[in-house]
Amino acid sequence: MSQLVFDPSKVMPIDYTQRTEYLDGLEAFKAGRKVLKEIAYTPSLPDKGYNNRTLYVNVDTLEITEKPVTQQMKDVFIGGRGFGLYHLWNAVKPTTRWNDPENEIIISPGPVCGMTQYAGTGKSLVVSLSPQTDIPIDSNVGGFFGPLLKFSGFDALELQGKADRDVILFIDGVKGIIRVEEAPAGPVDSHVLGELLTHLYAENEADLPNISVVSSGAAAAHSLIGMLNFSFYDLRRGCVRFKQAGRGGIGTVFRNKHIRALVVRGPKVAGDLNHPADPETIAKTGVKYHKEIREQDPHQCMMRRNGTAHIVEIMNAYDLLPVHNFQFGSHPDTHKIDSSYWQQRCTQATVDGCWYGCSMACAKGADGVVLKTGPYQGHMVTVDGPEYENAAGLGSNCGVFDPDALLELNFYCDTYGICTITYGTLTAFVMECYQRGILNLERTGGLDLTWGNAAADLEMMHQMARGEGFGKIAGLGVKKMKEHFIRNAWGDPQLINDIGMENKGLEYSQYMSKESLAQQGGYALTNKGPQHDEAWLIFMDMVNKQLPTFEAKAEALYYFPLFRTWFGLNGFCKLPWNDVVPADNSSQPEPQKVPEHVQNYVDLFTATTGIQITKEDLIMQSARVYNFQRVFNIRMGKGLRLHDAAPYRSLGPVTREEYESRAERYDKQLLDELNIDPAGKSTEEKMALHRTWRTGRFSKLMDSVYTRRGWTLDGVPTLARLQELGLDAFPEVVAVVKQFI
Amino acid sequence: MKQLVIDFAKCNAGRDCAHECEMECAVRVFKVDDPAQAALQIKAYEEGGGHAILCDQCGDCVVVCPTEALKRNKLGVVMIDKKLCVGCYMCIGFCEKEAFMRNSDWITPHKCTSCGICVKVCPHGALSIVEVPEPAPRII
Repeated sequence: MSQLVFDPSKVMPIDYTQRTEYLDGLEAFKAGRKVLKEIAYTPSLPDKGYNNRTLYVNVDTLEITEKPVTQQMKDVFIGGRGFGLYHLWNAVKPTTRWNDPENEIIISPGPVCGMTQYAGTGKSLVVSLSPQTDIPIDSNVGGFFGPLLKFSGFDALELQGKADRDVILFIDGVKGIIRVEEAPAGPVDSHVLGELLTHLYAENEADLPNISVVSSGAAAAHSLIGMLNFSFYDLRRGCVRFKQAGRGGIGTVFRNKHIRALVVRGPKVAGDLNHPADPETIAKTGVKYHKEIREQDPHQCMMRRNGTAHIVEIMNAYDLLPVHNFQFGSHPDTHKIDSSYWQQRCTQATVDGCWYGCSMACAKGADGVVLKTGPYQGHMVTVDGPEYENAAGLGSNCGVFDPDALLELNFYCDTYGICTITYGTLTAFVMECYQRGILNLERTGGLDLTWGNAAADLEMMHQMARGEGFGKIAGLGVKKMKEHFIRNAWGDPQLINDIGMENKGLEYSQYMSKESLAQQGGYALTNKGPQHDEAWLIFMDMVNKQLPTFEAKAEALYYFPLFRTWFGLNGFCKLPWNDVVPADNSSQPEPQKVPEHVQNYVDLFTATTGIQITKEDLIMQSARVYNFQRVFNIRMGKGLRLHDAAPYRSLGPVTREEYESRAERYDKQLLDELNIDPAGKSTEEKMALHRTWRTGRFSKLMDSVYTRRGWTLDGVPTLARLQELGLDAFPEVVAVVKQFI
Repeated sequence: MKQLVIDFAKCNAGRDCAHECEMECAVRVFKVDDPAQAALQIKAYEEGGGHAILCDQCGDCVVVCPTEALKRNKLGVVMIDKKLCVGCYMCIGFCEKEAFMRNSDWITPHKCTSCGICVKVCPHGALSIVEVPEPAPRII
């Protein structure tokens, strides 16, 4: 397909400084707070990326303590997601569930986080027991909270307990104060609350960028799919914006703990606050990368113009865009929601990084959006993105090709505190159930959930926020809806299970894995559930044809989940790794790994921490945490082969119309792969042959991947693998595994 | 806006001078005795002729700066506010003329501010400050 050309003259002339103000209630909110606990502490800045202490806060008992970061924690868990999993392991029992007080939310930035010279270095990782999966969930999120927490003196924040009323935790990293306040009645939704609290805790206008707020929204309290918004102050727009820790319902845990918001006030950021071991290497690597973005991005992904939405048209062209609950891979109306539209609709004359120094700047914003529905009807707002996942999930997967409706869905997901990916996939499931008579007007309480009915879609979301009607059922997520529909005998259980796109209780993100065996594994053979951040192999497999053999797919499912895990240990964003590549990348060995960028990461880690590593060490660092997480899943009752099972919709065509939409491809596969002549066979017969073949090869893939990962065929890490990784130093970890081998 | 320009009909790319312009800039503007740190650099080509690395105040760096540390002053010259700079170096990486510079000892980057100090010391009168129209900000 041809490269999209950006035409600045087509960008819509929208004043990006204009929006509805939400500061009227500021003074009342300020006066209505009540201090429940306040302590003084000594702020600090990291040394070689670490403060060597974490902060523990119990929102029920109001215990606030510092904990040391041990050398073992750094050696084995590195930081970020590793620290999150370590603290969570110590906090919970196998019987703990998401809404027990001992469940924690841990936010950890990682040693590299807060660097300002390289793109994508402001990430923090959020870990908790998920209300959707009952196992640890981890979410990699931008915004300023992680870096400012770190520059306030802490390598992680542990939140435990359950308050009996809404509280705000305020960390003042300048004055050295940690305070738990009772929150007065007032806003819960993020776009209002974030704006209010940023202004409330900033000492003056210049201080606004030094504040970051973590909040959720009304729907998080009434669903299991809540997410967390991490704010950053957008100087150009003069407003608070957000990045989301979306997957797995951490926002639901947050609101269940009655946490209204976390607020950090950090020191003024400078380029050396991490006190890295080798600032010169960091500077040189950063400048080299910025230059690469300047020179290559306009000819590659155009991330600075389109953000991640640039792949909508690519996925559509390759028949991989999820349409109508992952039934089909393209749609004639896709052009209405692809990047040719978004690059005109999103503001271009501004800076869109979610942390300083992000030259990739994918955090696009659509300004001047006037809402048509819901509690903020008539308000003018700025909407993040839409990112690819939102355009595909809220858009094509539900048959919504009206970009204004898509922006409104995106906005309300964000401010209500629910995950756009999850909401998109569960709505697509609901709409297909409606199409097939599993749901009807009576069962949805009057919601006409036909494909593309954005009005009904939005009303379902507003119901979710109010905790009412069918929206409340939808907010349980696909897994629990499936059980509900089957229990009520509303449809054929096999069909319902086949089309409900979840694994381990988490909804699939927005890639059609049906025609990519590697991506089928990339989704189902994951630790937290089917989220593409672990192994996004679909492009490599289907478009670039870099994984032609079965062995190559299995090897990719060993290497890439480990490589990608590493971003979350350190506070990196994944996108700068391969959403732009050096000009000579294709002539390098193993171009799919982007070797020059891998070396950048090795150099940045070493230059920050002073610890010399190689690219092989990088994989070992990840492997320790990845296998620890697998054992953690097993400890919590999941994490075995049966839990890696995939819904058939992700493996092959469930329905006659799906088969017939790609009959030529499927018939050819019968001939080429199974040596069966499709002539004269009915579609049903051919579908049955495909099902046997496709489920068989997926099972074979599981065998190969488990073996490559050093796991038993039941998916359990072997003792030898644990020893190799040094995890045998943790008797509790070994004890979990010993039950299964 | 004020812009520093060089006339290579007069400048012999340092072949018959002591790079007075660079030294004057380094010593008087940046207080270092090292012409490599000057905000303009005159480079000679082996085959004859040469080129200068200097800021033409195009303003691309103003567009990409995340902290608004880079702004034009009343004369249209792009100035850096060191108090606002977070040392991200996007200004360096996005400068097509490679005129934004970095010194290992300073966390903030630096560049030519069309101050004209170098103009006065050029033995050939090759440097001058001119008034040119300010370009519209680009989408970068």
